[in-house]
Amino acid sequence: MTKPLLRLEQLSKSFGALKVTDDVDLEILAGETHAVIGPNGAGKSTLIHQISGTLAPDIGRITFDGLDVTDLSMPARAHRGVARSFQITHVLSTFTALENVALAVQARSGSSFHFWQSAAEEEALTVPAMQALQVVDLAGRAHTLGGSLSHGEKRRLELAIALAQAPKLLLLDEPMAGAGVMETRRLIETLKGLKRRYTIVLVEHDMQAVFALADRISVLVEGRIIATGPPQAVRENAAVRAAYLGESA
Amino acid sequence: MPAAARRITDVTAAALRALDFDQRMTAGLFALMAMLPLLSPVLGGSYLLLIGERALIFAIAAISLQLLISAGGLVSFGHAAFIGIGAYGGGIAASHGLGTLSVALPAALGVSALFALATGAIAVRTRGVYFIMITLAFGQMAFFVATSLAPYGGDDGLTWPTRTLIFGTRLLKSETTFFYVILVLLLATYLVVSRLIYSRFGRVLRGLKDDETRMQAIGFTPYPYRLTAYVIAGTICGLAGFLLGNQAEFVSPAYMHWQRSGELIIMVLLGGTGTLHGPIIGALVFLVLEEVLSRLTEHWKVILGPLLVLVVLFARGGIAGAIDAWRRGKAMPAQLWAQLLQRPRQGAAAATDIWRQRASLMRCAGGQAATYWKPYKMAVGRLLVRLLLGAAATINRWRRR
Repeated sequence: MTKPLLRLEQLSKSFGALKVTDDVDLEILAGETHAVIGPNGAGKSTLIHQISGTLAPDIGRITFDGLDVTDLSMPARAHRGVARSFQITHVLSTFTALENVALAVQARSGSSFHFWQSAAEEEALTVPAMQALQVVDLAGRAHTLGGSLSHGEKRRLELAIALAQAPKLLLLDEPMAGAGVMETRRLIETLKGLKRRYTIVLVEHDMQAVFALADRISVLVEGRIIATGPPQAVRENAAVRAAYLGESA
Repeated sequence: MPAAARRITDVTAAALRALDFDQRMTAGLFALMAMLPLLSPVLGGSYLLLIGERALIFAIAAISLQLLISAGGLVSFGHAAFIGIGAYGGGIAASHGLGTLSVALPAALGVSALFALATGAIAVRTRGVYFIMITLAFGQMAFFVATSLAPYGGDDGLTWPTRTLIFGTRLLKSETTFFYVILVLLLATYLVVSRLIYSRFGRVLRGLKDDETRMQAIGFTPYPYRLTAYVIAGTICGLAGFLLGNQAEFVSPAYMHWQRSGELIIMVLLGGTGTLHGPIIGALVFLVLEEVLSRLTEHWKVILGPLLVLVVLFARGGIAGAIDAWRRGKAMPAQLWAQLLQRPRQGAAAATDIWRQRASLMRCAGGQAATYWKPYKMAVGRLLVRLLLGAAATINRWRRR
């Protein structure tokens, strides 16, 4: 639990004059579930984008699993074990749920330059894919097209895709966003089952989910991390209360 | 003998039952085409056979373009360049006395693949309209290079000394043999591409078309897959060019002109982008239309144009899509047609409503044709239908007067 899996050092990113990530230092320990919270526009998604490789930081360094990955592309980081979900869901709408997950299995198992054998008949792809769907309780919808799934189902499918990548680090960008009360409860239960087995960075607005899941919490305000610590300490932190929870200190 | 015959029919029937509707239709299509040489002595003689050969050759080219457009999301507007390169490859080899199968065919395919690799390396880095423009530019470059090939005829083109020799024999001189050779190659192309689309590689290619960000997030770099698809499609189209050169025993820069690339796209759209037998149907229908309409008038494209507009408006999935819709009982009802002709305005509105319903139905059913349906296209479509029908009504009134 003590070795950092991911280390961000002096990370900064600006969009024009707007500093979205401002000198962020952060260590994510192996096996922990680390929540990143903060008001809208604090730069949480931008931070996730930089960790996953969607965006490149202006300055700073990202070390993942003992390797400097700052200049690696998103696919290269995915191969090293970074999996992510998106705030706005990205599932393949013309592929079935099973095929969506099978592609993630395919990405990490052998070459994809096979031109003849039918991928749908490869058990090495479909069996692990089905298992991932079962974890998120979506096996019953395996043969439904991604585009035809409900919003909550798409959320869970994204999680299954990420799990099928057999990741070392799971980046979840607001997995509860737009989900109903029941759906949120269901997702929290699923994520509780995944805790400890995966290192998770969770960006979330739903405080019920955050306090139920997180081992440590970092609070991001205007691109800066103003506090990091166990949930109880963060809850009682005066600066956090002032800046984030809207209470006068 | 009857027992053997019955056995063959049984086996055939069992094989047909095992196929789905699309595959059965493709099998029927190939069976029909295979009968053409038998019909040709009755209907039009060898001329019919020549048209048939051309149609099959363009079907091969259209399938290769379909691979790029439908699986890869790469609309190439310079695909005819590969027809020309394949034909020049074989023709130039032949003009140096190397017109044998073992030299001319590898030369034609190799040059096509190299051209695809060199131009694709740049082109597949772009998407959308930029890809269209850059492939158009490369196609026209190939065209102008061909016009300046003075030793090989330049503008006037190059006459092949002979059709490709197969093991030193003039086997391809017989039109019937040549026709069947093309048909077998078309079948092979169809099988190879349909396997490819559902292989690991094809899955990645289709996934990249669907959502590139998602594919990158799970670890796929788009570039090598798109480039490979481009080289495969270019090589297959080079084969079509090699066959076309053989068929005409001639090649000219006109084979590569951008209008030819446009015609290939039309074949794909006409046949339907959702399936692989679509482009075969598209190529057949296009060449037959060209043949029939150009006999009626030299301004035959004036008729072809509106016809295409109608296909794009009324049958989003092309002819193959329309057949599929008809099979599912979702074709436009007869009374709607009547209404359309009698009262264009209301008819058009009703028709678009039905399309909208069908579009959502098909989306539920997983139909591919409707997935890119957008409301604004609906508005444009309705406007166009009204314009067309309004014009028709005006002309009608004017004629009666």
